[in-house]
Amino acid sequence: MSDLIRLREKFGDAVSQDTSTGMASIHVEATSIQEACFFLRDECEYEQLIDLCGLDLSEYPDHSGERFQIVYHLLSLERNERVRLKVNIADRQMLASIIDVWPAANWYEREAFDMYGIIFSGHPDLRRILTDYGFEGHPLRKDFPLTGRVEMFFDEEQWRCVYKPNKLKNRVLIPKTWPGVDRG
Amino acid sequence: MAEIKNYTLNFGPQHPSAHGVLRLVLELDGETVIRADPHIGLLHRGTEKLFEYKSYLQNLPYFDRFDYVSMMCNEHAYVLALEKMLDVEVPERAQYIRVMYAELTRLLNHLLWIGAQALDIGAMTVFLYAFREREDIFDYYEAVSGARMHAAYFRPGGVSLDLPDGLLERIEAFTQRFPGYVDEYETLLTENRIWKQRTVDIGVVTAQEAKAWGFTGPMLRGSGVEWDLRKKQPYDVYDQLDFDVPITDGGDTYDRYLVRVEEMRQSNRIIAQCVAWLQKNDGPVNLDDHKLARPKRAKLQDDMESLIHHFKFFAEGFHVPAGEVYQAVEHPKGEFGVYIVSDGSNKPYRMKIRAPGFAHLQGLDFMCRGHLIADVVAVLGTQDIVFGEVDR
Repeated sequence: MSDLIRLREKFGDAVSQDTSTGMASIHVEATSIQEACFFLRDECEYEQLIDLCGLDLSEYPDHSGERFQIVYHLLSLERNERVRLKVNIADRQMLASIIDVWPAANWYEREAFDMYGIIFSGHPDLRRILTDYGFEGHPLRKDFPLTGRVEMFFDEEQWRCVYKPNKLKNRVLIPKTWPGVDRG
Repeated sequence: MAEIKNYTLNFGPQHPSAHGVLRLVLELDGETVIRADPHIGLLHRGTEKLFEYKSYLQNLPYFDRFDYVSMMCNEHAYVLALEKMLDVEVPERAQYIRVMYAELTRLLNHLLWIGAQALDIGAMTVFLYAFREREDIFDYYEAVSGARMHAAYFRPGGVSLDLPDGLLERIEAFTQRFPGYVDEYETLLTENRIWKQRTVDIGVVTAQEAKAWGFTGPMLRGSGVEWDLRKKQPYDVYDQLDFDVPITDGGDTYDRYLVRVEEMRQSNRIIAQCVAWLQKNDGPVNLDDHKLARPKRAKLQDDMESLIHHFKFFAEGFHVPAGEVYQAVEHPKGEFGVYIVSDGSNKPYRMKIRAPGFAHLQGLDFMCRGHLIADVVAVLGTQDIVFGEVDR
């Protein structure tokens, strides 16, 4: 785990290690994400950005602080190591794009924008990627309903598809429970 | 002279060689591709949102529907991730069964790929041959799970049921005849002049590019990078099995074809070793802890405790300790990863799927630039795109 020591030298207490999985995890300030990524790529040989995803912490138990988190998974083929970077950002806060570090970030950042509405500054083409053309809202936010807000119908008169407000109710078959909590 | 402008061509989403529902906006100069802009999401089903509303066990069958030609490999990543979070030890027999099925699944995937790519380029026969073998593997799927495609056979802690009698003999017979089948495909393609003209030097990816664009699996190995998670970060019993990782260093479509064909032969070796081990060794195939594994049906008749466990297991599921885990497997297409964030309840707080095809399709633009429009189909084929995983 010499890797972890090197990361500690650079990032100090921001580095924590996940005990169960053995994967180093680093909290990075939103302002220094590009610098951290360049450092990890050039100095620590993390050649690959494996994954980038958003996370909406607003309903996480006992969570306080910024609403969103962006999680980066990096892989070093040279040294066979993985590392996880985390950046906390508030709603409507911009985050620097890391396309200059790994071009693979392009679509991943578009996906995070599409799903969570996180805006990456410096991204050349921040369009929606997975949702429909003209979609409204950011579906993976916790306040977005599971059944969506609109339904699509075919309108005979106009001879085209139209959206109508959704009437579907979200059925809960298995309620969310925590261990040891009395549920009456 | 009249000024000639680039023009834009829409390809898909309903096109037989779009591998599903890819919409591609191509900017062309004559027949040369200047820019390719893939529009994805036409198969987006919001699975990651659904995950957050379902218990861990209910989420398992969704994994079959990501990459719907390599079903059990997707499940493999999920069950391994859960086992890491729950910190459980999987019985050895279950691990061998899972590896055997993961490798059968790799054959399933590569057979579809070889057939579909050859068909896209114009060779009809391979497709028919490959589907003959796929039919056999579907039978083995059906034998253990009752379903020919969407098996939902793996479980956190093992597999759902032990193998039925006589299945291992059938798989053993298959492994003995399968190398002959691979020879048949190679006779049709490897030295085929048209095949080579359509694939050699098409869609060249250097090792540097492959790394920067997040390519994994055969897309990386075809460019000369020796990287296979089964060797480098072994899971289940891969570290006890004998197999080689093929690499080539040309980085073109033909090289990736060679890598995948050799992978089929290596998978066959792994399956044969698993069959041999499973024939000799017996044992449990799931955990004994009924908080995490369903009690046997027969026990429900006379054991109150089992009845309660059975009820709780399906009506509430199990709780996963708070924390996060990223688990990747060497999926036939590349690195398939599952990132789970748990808040300690019986449902995941967030689950992200890292699909290899998503990263590969993103590279379509740079791989196609400067090629002719007919080569777009060859590049799409070599990336082995399946929209179930790209769109999620």
